Amino acid sequence: MREIAASTISEQVAEMCQEANIYLGEDVFDALKKSLETEESPTGKEVLKQLIENVEIARDEQIPICQDTGFAVFFVEWGQEVHLTGGTLEEAIHAGVRKGYEEGYLRKSIVDDPLYKRKNTGDNTPAVIYTDIVPGDKVKIAFAPKGGGSENMSTVKMLKPSDGEEGVVDFVVSHVKAAGPNPCPPIVVGVGIGGTFDKVAVNAKKALFRKVGEPHPDEAFAALEKKILDKINDLGVGPQGFGGRTFALAVHIETFPSHIASMAAAVNINCHACRHLERTI
Amino acid sequence: MEPKRIEAPLTDEVVMSLKAGDNVLINGVIYTARDAAHKKLVELMDKGEELPLDLQGQFIYYVGPTPEKPGQAIGSAGPTTSGRMDAYTPKMLERGMKACIGKGLRNQAVRDALIKYKGVYLAAVGGAGALLSKRITKSEVVAYPELGAEAIRRLEVKDFPATVINDAYGNDLYAEGAKQYAR
Repeated sequence: MREIAASTISEQVAEMCQEANIYLGEDVFDALKKSLETEESPTGKEVLKQLIENVEIARDEQIPICQDTGFAVFFVEWGQEVHLTGGTLEEAIHAGVRKGYEEGYLRKSIVDDPLYKRKNTGDNTPAVIYTDIVPGDKVKIAFAPKGGGSENMSTVKMLKPSDGEEGVVDFVVSHVKAAGPNPCPPIVVGVGIGGTFDKVAVNAKKALFRKVGEPHPDEAFAALEKKILDKINDLGVGPQGFGGRTFALAVHIETFPSHIASMAAAVNINCHACRHLERTI
Repeated sequence: MEPKRIEAPLTDEVVMSLKAGDNVLINGVIYTARDAAHKKLVELMDKGEELPLDLQGQFIYYVGPTPEKPGQAIGSAGPTTSGRMDAYTPKMLERGMKACIGKGLRNQAVRDALIKYKGVYLAAVGGAGALLSKRITKSEVVAYPELGAEAIRRLEVKDFPATVINDAYGNDLYAEGAKQYAR
């Protein structure tokens, strides 16, 4: 059985926290540059130019792209042939977050008690961690620092099977329209369809980890992504909501089988700083 | 359209010259406050106690920056969502605040208060924290250091870019901009 030390996980996580917050992925950066070519509004173009310059300044001067360096969200695929030594996975990830956020001068945005005391934990822990046990002897860690402003503009709805495609389209588009300028457009829209109340929300989050612009592998869902994206951009909200043709850079759908009585749907919005990266150990 | 250069703090005359859609470059001294600081300020107002800063004519920037690295004036410093401050903003305007900078929608009560007290709401580009930090030349915590990123800071800004969203005449760039490009 392959062994991986908890300290190795911590080191990797600490590096990932800093890397994701300072360097925007090529997928998102390319999408931003591409949108500059198609944007019709002069103000919208100006915003996109500022966003591109912002990414370059962050990269060149090693400062976070955005001051909201997020809730640390992890999807871990743990190969069942791997034995973790010297600690638990959760502790290892939290040690990495602690180190990464401290050494990277990243903002600590987590409060312990959500309702009454709301005292900052001081080290951006705990992280939100989803773990799947998978075949093999590799460990894949996907990380996204998730900003609060766009997270607040997210929702779940238990649609009826009879609502059909139109129901899903209306639900997503009307929700995104109401969010308007709040989640820092141009946005990336994660959509979950199917599963239970909880599963569909996790899938909407998972959708945000996909490379921007990579379509759903199933043709019908890929076409639905395109349809929803066009409708969202036709709202005219544009970059930062100042008016324009680029409200969203992409719509990503993740599906799961459904109960015969249900058709759960969820929307999880990400801002243009759609930070995500993965490493395989 | 060329951006207008404006000085902070603001006079009524300058406020009344600004229209939704105007791009401005702000120069001078502005203050930061977000959720937790607003809550404290408004609690003091309600108790009739003195505030840790004079709001007269001031800009309040809704921001919680990242920690500065050695040698930096401030870390990444883009705007946070303004709507969370809606509950406090009319009282801030009543106490003399002239402008607030954030991002996203304001409610009707805030838009009405901007008209009543002659104020203006501006948006800076959300998520452009690295770029905006370069326009802040000095930063010091002046109240509530225990709030960390949410402490009130005094910032010196040079050509800090923002766009007027809601002016003192009831205009709203978010509504007008989307109407123009919708299909």
